[in-house]
Amino acid sequence: MTDIPILSLIVFLPAAGAGVLLFMRDDRTVRRTALAFTVVDFALTIPLMAAFDTTTYAMQFTETVPWVPSLGITYSLGVDGISLLFIFLTALLGWICVVASWEAIDTKVKEFMISLLVMQSLMLGVFSAMDLFLFYVFWEAMLIPMYLIIGVWGGKERVYAAFKFFLYTLAGSLLFLVGIVVLYFQGGETFDIVTLMKGDYSFTVQAWVFLAFLVAFAVKVPMVPLHTWLPDAHVQAPTAGSIVLAGVLLKMGAYGFLRFSLPMLPDASHYFATLIQVLSVVSIIYGGFLALAQEDVKKLVAYSSVSHMGFVTLGLFTFNAKGVEGAVLQMFNHGITTGALFLFVGLIYERTQTRIIADYGGLMKIVPVYGVLLCVFTLSSIAVPGTNAFVGELLVLAGAFGANKAIGAVAVAGAVLSAAYMLGFYRQVALGPAVAMGGRGMWDINAREMAGILPLVVFVFWVGLYPKPFIDILHVSVEHLLAQTMGR
Amino acid sequence: MDIDAIILSVIASVPEIIVIVGACVLLMIAPVRGRRFGPMLFWSSLATVIAAAAATFALAGEPRLVYSGMFVVDDFSVFFKAVFYLATGLCVLMSPRYLEEEDIARGEYYVLLLFALSGMMIMASGLDLLSIYVGMELQALCIYVLTGFIRQERRSNEAALKYVILGSVSSGIFLYGMSLVYGITGTTQLTDMAAALGSGGAHDPALVLATVFLVTGLIFKVGAVPLHMWVPDVYEGAPTTITAFMSVGPKAAAFAILLRIFLDAMAPAADIWVVVVAVIAVLTMALGSFVALVQTNIKRMLAYSSIAHAGFVLLGLVAGGPDGVASVMLYLLIYVFMNLGIFAIIIMMRSGNVSGEAIEDYAGFAKSHRGLALLMLIFLFSLASIPPTAGFFAKFYILVALVEQGYVGLAVIAVLLSAVAAFFYIRIVMLMYMKEEAQPFDLALTPSLRLAIAITAAGTVGIGLLPSWFLDLAQGSVFLGIS
Repeated sequence: MTDIPILSLIVFLPAAGAGVLLFMRDDRTVRRTALAFTVVDFALTIPLMAAFDTTTYAMQFTETVPWVPSLGITYSLGVDGISLLFIFLTALLGWICVVASWEAIDTKVKEFMISLLVMQSLMLGVFSAMDLFLFYVFWEAMLIPMYLIIGVWGGKERVYAAFKFFLYTLAGSLLFLVGIVVLYFQGGETFDIVTLMKGDYSFTVQAWVFLAFLVAFAVKVPMVPLHTWLPDAHVQAPTAGSIVLAGVLLKMGAYGFLRFSLPMLPDASHYFATLIQVLSVVSIIYGGFLALAQEDVKKLVAYSSVSHMGFVTLGLFTFNAKGVEGAVLQMFNHGITTGALFLFVGLIYERTQTRIIADYGGLMKIVPVYGVLLCVFTLSSIAVPGTNAFVGELLVLAGAFGANKAIGAVAVAGAVLSAAYMLGFYRQVALGPAVAMGGRGMWDINAREMAGILPLVVFVFWVGLYPKPFIDILHVSVEHLLAQTMGR
Repeated sequence: MDIDAIILSVIASVPEIIVIVGACVLLMIAPVRGRRFGPMLFWSSLATVIAAAAATFALAGEPRLVYSGMFVVDDFSVFFKAVFYLATGLCVLMSPRYLEEEDIARGEYYVLLLFALSGMMIMASGLDLLSIYVGMELQALCIYVLTGFIRQERRSNEAALKYVILGSVSSGIFLYGMSLVYGITGTTQLTDMAAALGSGGAHDPALVLATVFLVTGLIFKVGAVPLHMWVPDVYEGAPTTITAFMSVGPKAAAFAILLRIFLDAMAPAADIWVVVVAVIAVLTMALGSFVALVQTNIKRMLAYSSIAHAGFVLLGLVAGGPDGVASVMLYLLIYVFMNLGIFAIIIMMRSGNVSGEAIEDYAGFAKSHRGLALLMLIFLFSLASIPPTAGFFAKFYILVALVEQGYVGLAVIAVLLSAVAAFFYIRIVMLMYMKEEAQPFDLALTPSLRLAIAITAAGTVGIGLLPSWFLDLAQGSVFLGIS
């Protein structure tokens, strides 16, 4: 293909930026440099999208360099339609995170930006790794910057939240590691993901490896009952941390199912499908009810994430094209919408220093632009037709009805729940008489904030009204995935 | 032995001779007190280590079996000697300022360190239970004295006394095991033992007894359950530089002979000892990880952490096979870097009246010392085996060896316990980064200590990112006779 290792460039550019930041002193220059690196990184993904061939499921832009030859470990990167979408999403949210932290982070700015940029590199690495060992290294190394982001720049209970996040994820991931090593020997001593997908493993092996993977991915997604780290982490993390967590980190669990569990362990996936579907529906309903009861905005959005991610895992385990495509699209949408909602919560928190829903009222009157934009994302979160989430959820529900009518019927109720809590939230916050709020005073969205929000608005309507380009990118890869899952 | 054999034997043992001669020379100049002699002792011990290392690498290559089959220079022993030189060299680099802080700057310190080094080298090269025993005792006696080197402090004396008594008992047990093995096989030479055991009689009750005694003796040396009780007290009481040395050097030497005795000589009797060692390994990891959680003294915490790590390394012995041996070797090499890195920082904290031993002392460290806190973070995450650090690769390779041999259940237990262990490492990171400092830091940072920290950090990050060369080195150094 090309001679320029574009994927490596995209993956490591933010890390290089972090290296440059080490030598800077002034906070303003630090912010600008971080922004420059993330924007250039995002710009690099556009030619990647343009040059991507949507007619093949094969990995593209591949790069392979031996890393530890005696164990068959290679440094190998590549993308297919599914991972491309996530690389794009990650790069997009990357610079939005920098914008969101522009004023919100005022202590140890340099360290924060370094952590954020390193995190960015590792996340991009996860989505482009084609070697299971490399994938694991990226996946696990993320714990370090994320632990620091939550623990150093978070809210009051940040230390507790950071520990909880770290230990939950670590315990899950270590089982994943054992699963990887078992697959390595079963699949002929290779870590190459494409080769491992072709392996034929006995049912016993598949079942055990599936369970090991399940723990790791279910923690990340997160799926009830392993979701309890999420509200703490989300609430305590700084805005950028929440955006990264909700927008990208949660997707990794689902991406893991998609990339490893389904194609490598098809028999076990079918065997455990009902279990996962039930857990997904429980997540949808339980998360929805929890969201309904929250007084803290961030907790509300966090529990709504649990509910929305339930749709994703439900879609994945329907094993039909509609369900899986819907799930992938839903992941992308959730990244956009929930990322935006956390951004909005962060913006208003900067002004009022409170996150209690009852403290707000009549924002539409005080800050109309904010109110209108918040309305867009609220509607998107409810999955109103015309917004991005509608397309994803509709496809997932169609897939779910195709797989199991009862499960589908219960999931629909979850969609209703999301309308209940989101509309209740919006009514309290934006409508009604204006309420005096303390804090640093009020001002409407300024130009810098707008720059971070507008692209997200564009994607809400683009995916909502004309999802074809996105589905085209996915389609061939998803078909191939389903063939792998069904083929045996 | 004819004259040629003697000459060959002497040539093969040149590194040991260099170290012992160096130690003797230092012994002669040590009593001379004076300002100029401190640096001189430091430089000459460093020079001795480097000269011995050069001799060792010059001798590497074809295995040389000398001294009537009691002593061997093969890649396996060269690898371990490299580990010992690294441990000793780094320990020497960390020492000068610390010795002054503790008021124990005497020449005997370096002399004993070098004698301990020679003992460990003989252990790694020993191919006969007798030569192994001699090396082991030489090393142990020096460490006993070094443990009690802070004469004016009761804690140090107590530690030395505990160590010498328990150590002697364990040596006695080991000797008794040796005598039983000799009674069964009629030889103390490891290769002959393997042959004698291979010809049947693997379920001889006497052999079971002998195995238990040998395991017991060696388990003490690596500090595994149930003979771990000395570790926290000795680690806490000994001078910190010696604690650092003990946690990597003598421990690696003990693992070297564990590998040689059990995977070479006693390999035919594997079904007797594998279960025993596996149970010990799991108990050791569990105890080390859980007890470390509640420690408030960082040296005691690292003692329990080293117990937990010893348990993990024992799993490599359980796995066996070339990958099992290589995984143990690689782990020990990586452990030198990361553990000495942590200890270098603890030693640096010892300044004036500050002991730097309470974990709480590290609160807010990142605020005033960004670079050092970052390095400490790397060492801690490496000990917690988070990629991309070397500690992760070390554990990963042991897991590979375990799963290769079908011990998936053990691998699962091992990773779950290491998740527990991660907690107390990241707790220190939390203190450094997320708490306010209680008192201003006054660091005893010397150029040689800086160099030691730089070397350990380079090893911890470098092996983590590019493990290939080191992995091939370990795999290429696995001793012969293993299939």
